Amino acid sequence: MADEKPAPPKPAPPKAAPPPKPPAVMAATPWEDNLTRELTDRFGDGACEFRTYLGQNFILVKPDMVVGLIEYLKMGAGFDYLVDITAVDWPERAERFDLVYILYSFSRNARVRIKTQIAEGQRAASVVPVHPTANWLEREVFDMFGIGFTGHPDLRRILMPDEWQGHPLRKDYSILGQDQRWVEENLGVESGQ
Amino acid sequence: MPETTFLDSTELVLNMGPQHPSTHGVLRVILKLDGEKVMGTDCVIGYLHRGVEKIAEARTYTQFNPYVDRLDYVAAVSNGLGYCLAVEKLLNTEAPPRAQVVRVILTELNRIASHLLWLGTHALDIGAVTPVFYCFREREEILKIFEKYCGARLTTHAFRIGGLQYETYDGFEDEVKAFCDMFPPKVDEYEELLTQNRIWVKRLKDVGILNAEDCKRYGVTGPVLRAAGVDWDLRKAQPYSGYEKYDFLIPTRQNGDTYDRYMIRMEEMRQATRIIRQAVEGIPDGPIMAKVPKVIKPPVGEAYVSIEAPKGELGYYIVSDGSTQPYRVRVRPPSFVNLQALDRMVRGALIADVVAVIGTLDIVLGEVDR
Repeated sequence: MADEKPAPPKPAPPKAAPPPKPPAVMAATPWEDNLTRELTDRFGDGACEFRTYLGQNFILVKPDMVVGLIEYLKMGAGFDYLVDITAVDWPERAERFDLVYILYSFSRNARVRIKTQIAEGQRAASVVPVHPTANWLEREVFDMFGIGFTGHPDLRRILMPDEWQGHPLRKDYSILGQDQRWVEENLGVESGQ
Repeated sequence: MPETTFLDSTELVLNMGPQHPSTHGVLRVILKLDGEKVMGTDCVIGYLHRGVEKIAEARTYTQFNPYVDRLDYVAAVSNGLGYCLAVEKLLNTEAPPRAQVVRVILTELNRIASHLLWLGTHALDIGAVTPVFYCFREREEILKIFEKYCGARLTTHAFRIGGLQYETYDGFEDEVKAFCDMFPPKVDEYEELLTQNRIWVKRLKDVGILNAEDCKRYGVTGPVLRAAGVDWDLRKAQPYSGYEKYDFLIPTRQNGDTYDRYMIRMEEMRQATRIIRQAVEGIPDGPIMAKVPKVIKPPVGEAYVSIEAPKGELGYYIVSDGSTQPYRVRVRPPSFVNLQALDRMVRGALIADVVAVIGTLDIVLGEVDR
């Protein structure tokens, strides 16, 4: 190893302290147009936060508002195609999951994302009554992240086996992780790796 | 009171797959039948789940690129294009013009290859054995071009973030032009075999109807949506890679049945040939790589980028935490979402139609299960 040995304990750094790292946040800018004004009128000031990043618009809302907002966007604003539902895990955050809904409007030829934060164990409201597409998409989020959806007609695992323990796309699930008991019982091997 | 036994039930539960030639991979469908009539279905998927989205979080952006080829493995070039465009969006950069044109050529060739594989196997499911040989004959020509270009036939890894790794080989343009001359008459040939064929028409007409309303409700995209009369194709609606420069049509039909979806895909092959011909005649000179850093490190942020893959809208939602590895990659696979409409399409139909409908949805299980 050519690396230098760690320097002996010295209280003062040799130079001025390096500038503090800029906080790692998305450089999103506020977004305002007719749609955002319409939504502010409908849902009240401050209920939705409108942002845009790289030309892509998204709305930050509280979890209990999601279904109402998506329903309004479908019925009142033409966002009639639910493209995708997914989640992102931020384990160090109090509300650890970002739940992301991607909507598209055929009439406007525009996309919008809706993002909300869900805590561990908290259940989101299902959007299946508004968009039947959500059925499998929510099942996948449940399977991969363990986020429950109230009002979902058939909340089962979809990609992993039904008896599997654990939710693979959580950040604390190791990439080599597996349900040891399931693998032994069903595959007859000690490890699938 | 006499005990109820299974003989008293009028419903028969039948398991189809996962090892079944007409499920195009490892799809398992549990069918509830009343005689020959389908009362309901339940799809069991996940047999091919490899955790691609999890793998992405443990690879760098560049390392993950070849993995996406293994999603929809019959249209690997499209997968690669979508991924590269998504990362380029995060980097706020764009491939140079020459790379974009070559990308379009290869992607459209791949669209034809994917549709040919669909046509061959779909016809085989219905009982027409001949077309598969014709389709694979022409598909071979496309795979030869891929092989010469990048060394691989299926999982091509043709594109790089920022452009292309390889310059086109000597004679690339001539071979692509020769393909464009050779191919359209072959599509007529397939049509001669099938379009007016009485068995073909009887098996496909009014089977598995999905109207425009239901397509939108179930998020169905691609040829299935266009067969229901919705004139929507991401190449026109939100052009990428310079698709706005090409003159081509988006075929639509009105009935939304299996026959219309067949006609749509046949026409899409012709239109793809038109795009390729225009592209190959105007490949500009210039660099094939944009100036992207050796180590890809997009700023903190997120982007959703989607393309019109042969099966429908293929999207990538990538979240970057500013490191060299993506924090989260979500693939929005068209096959997964389209497959969900299967139940709606076969309810009340005959059991033989299930095979036709699975074929017409053109699913690839590698993409459904990821």
